[in-house]
Amino acid sequence: MVEMLAPRDFYGKTLVELGKTNKDIVVLDCDLSGSTRTSLFAKAYPDRFFNMGVAEQDMIGTAAGLAAGGKIPFASTFAMFASGRAWEQIRQSVAYPRANVKVVASHGGITVGPDGPSHQAGEDIAIMRAIPDMTVIVPADAYETAAAVRAVVEYRGPVYLRLPRDKFPVVYKEGKTFEIGKATLLRKGNEVTFITCGLMTETALRAAAELETEGVSAGVVDMPTIKPLDVSAVILAAQESGAIVTAEEHTVIGGLGSAIAETIGESRPVPVVRVGIPDTYFSSGSPEELLEACGLTTVGLKEAALRAVTLKKHPVRVRE
Amino acid sequence: MKRTEDIDELKALARGLRTDILTMIHTAGTGHPGGSLSAVEILAALYFAKMDHSPTRKPEEVRDKFVLSKGHGAPALYAVLANCGYFPKEELARLRKFDSFLSGHPYAPSTPGVEITTGSLGQGLSQANGLALAAQLNGHDSYVYCLLGDGETQEGQVWEAAMTAAHYRLGKLIAFLDNNELQIDGWVKDVMNIEPIGKKWESFGWHVQEIDGHDFPQILAAIDKAKTVTDKPSLIWCHTVKGKGVSFMERLAKWHGTAPNADELKKALAEVNANG
Repeated sequence: MVEMLAPRDFYGKTLVELGKTNKDIVVLDCDLSGSTRTSLFAKAYPDRFFNMGVAEQDMIGTAAGLAAGGKIPFASTFAMFASGRAWEQIRQSVAYPRANVKVVASHGGITVGPDGPSHQAGEDIAIMRAIPDMTVIVPADAYETAAAVRAVVEYRGPVYLRLPRDKFPVVYKEGKTFEIGKATLLRKGNEVTFITCGLMTETALRAAAELETEGVSAGVVDMPTIKPLDVSAVILAAQESGAIVTAEEHTVIGGLGSAIAETIGESRPVPVVRVGIPDTYFSSGSPEELLEACGLTTVGLKEAALRAVTLKKHPVRVRE
Repeated sequence: MKRTEDIDELKALARGLRTDILTMIHTAGTGHPGGSLSAVEILAALYFAKMDHSPTRKPEEVRDKFVLSKGHGAPALYAVLANCGYFPKEELARLRKFDSFLSGHPYAPSTPGVEITTGSLGQGLSQANGLALAAQLNGHDSYVYCLLGDGETQEGQVWEAAMTAAHYRLGKLIAFLDNNELQIDGWVKDVMNIEPIGKKWESFGWHVQEIDGHDFPQILAAIDKAKTVTDKPSLIWCHTVKGKGVSFMERLAKWHGTAPNADELKKALAEVNANG
């Protein structure tokens, strides 16, 4: 049985751990501290926690001011509101002056499920990635989340860290290290490589294992930092396998898939098949139902891999 | 750096600031004279009299901080910073130029003395709150000042921030409202009425004083009074005149964002320096 852990739990726990020695860490939340798990920090260090009420724009601005005053603010709410409601505050008050603010958004992606499309953040990576000087991180699991939180505290500058709501199977072990901008090659393959972030990394590992039994050699690269992208890892994957499948719990427009396609198109052109949320709104539903509707499943990723391999041989898209 | 609470000296410094503002906007050929001129006395009272600051102090040293939330008033801030010695006055001629550190709106990383980056209206007060909270956490006995435009208070974020400052009892936060009654499209009351503005701030939990924002004794006294209020943030509601000091610019929305030409500059400077 694979271990199931919630990245947001590890975010909350790691903050408490780091806050013990690093007194500059302050945390802000918009009335969702129970959900984002910043409530753990609030309980441990009430003087360094600021609940901002349902006011995301003000939260980001206040965080920017705290950073200008020498603090290391973590500002948390749901991904939809962190990235959407406060986009311009992040652009103007945080990224433009390179304020040392860490926006940690939970409930990212479509697995928010039953809350419906109003809460399913599927565009956040794209709109955060478009901002100059922004670092965008989507960890693959709870252990990578803990490591990423440690890394962003050490990094001086604006960060957008996106987490899901649910418990997901883990990919790594406790004690995993994290370097911003570095991908991890999890599995080598010479016919096609999955480049993934978030929950899709584990799904891609399963897809690659099944493909192997079916005679297709598929690699998996975990790409938790979408910006700055690990360009050499992308080019290496393109060189070694000649076909790429990207998978992310995010719209196919502007996210990880776009970042990979841009890089490959300008360096080592090979087929790139993007799997993600199609350009539409879905509905409420269970995470599993919604992931399946998007093809963000083992079956969906395998199909995409075969399509990429076919494209490599016949460089005209084959329609099913 | 000149420090004074002498009213005649402050008036002379204000004339100098107006001269610098008009000259730099003319030289740039672009910029916002109206809202820069309405804020001159407020900035002069802060930087020459009341604020604890110095260009020689290291960034990490305790000092009062200022946030120009109405970022388009940048020429007024740049003029006062240059006059305080944060950078050479000749730099003012490079306002809004391609490789200048004097951006169209304040940019903290590049401009000595600018604490907070602004320009998109409505975002400064939240950042001032953050500075005040940081000072509080650090146990610093220092003040944070913030200057808001009246049209700017149409932004919802201003009221989110107003709530935050009161909720966290930021007694060392003192905001000024530059109530010059005009915005780009015309009179504030016609574009989107903000009245009753004083009552709004009061009802949000702020200590409010209503003054003439061009009268030095009133500004200085209001700052002193605001400092005695320690359990809530203070708003100094300043009635001002957009384009103050230049008759053909006063109370005209047109001068919100238009640079004076050579003739206009000449007339304007003659007026500014005759009004002593």
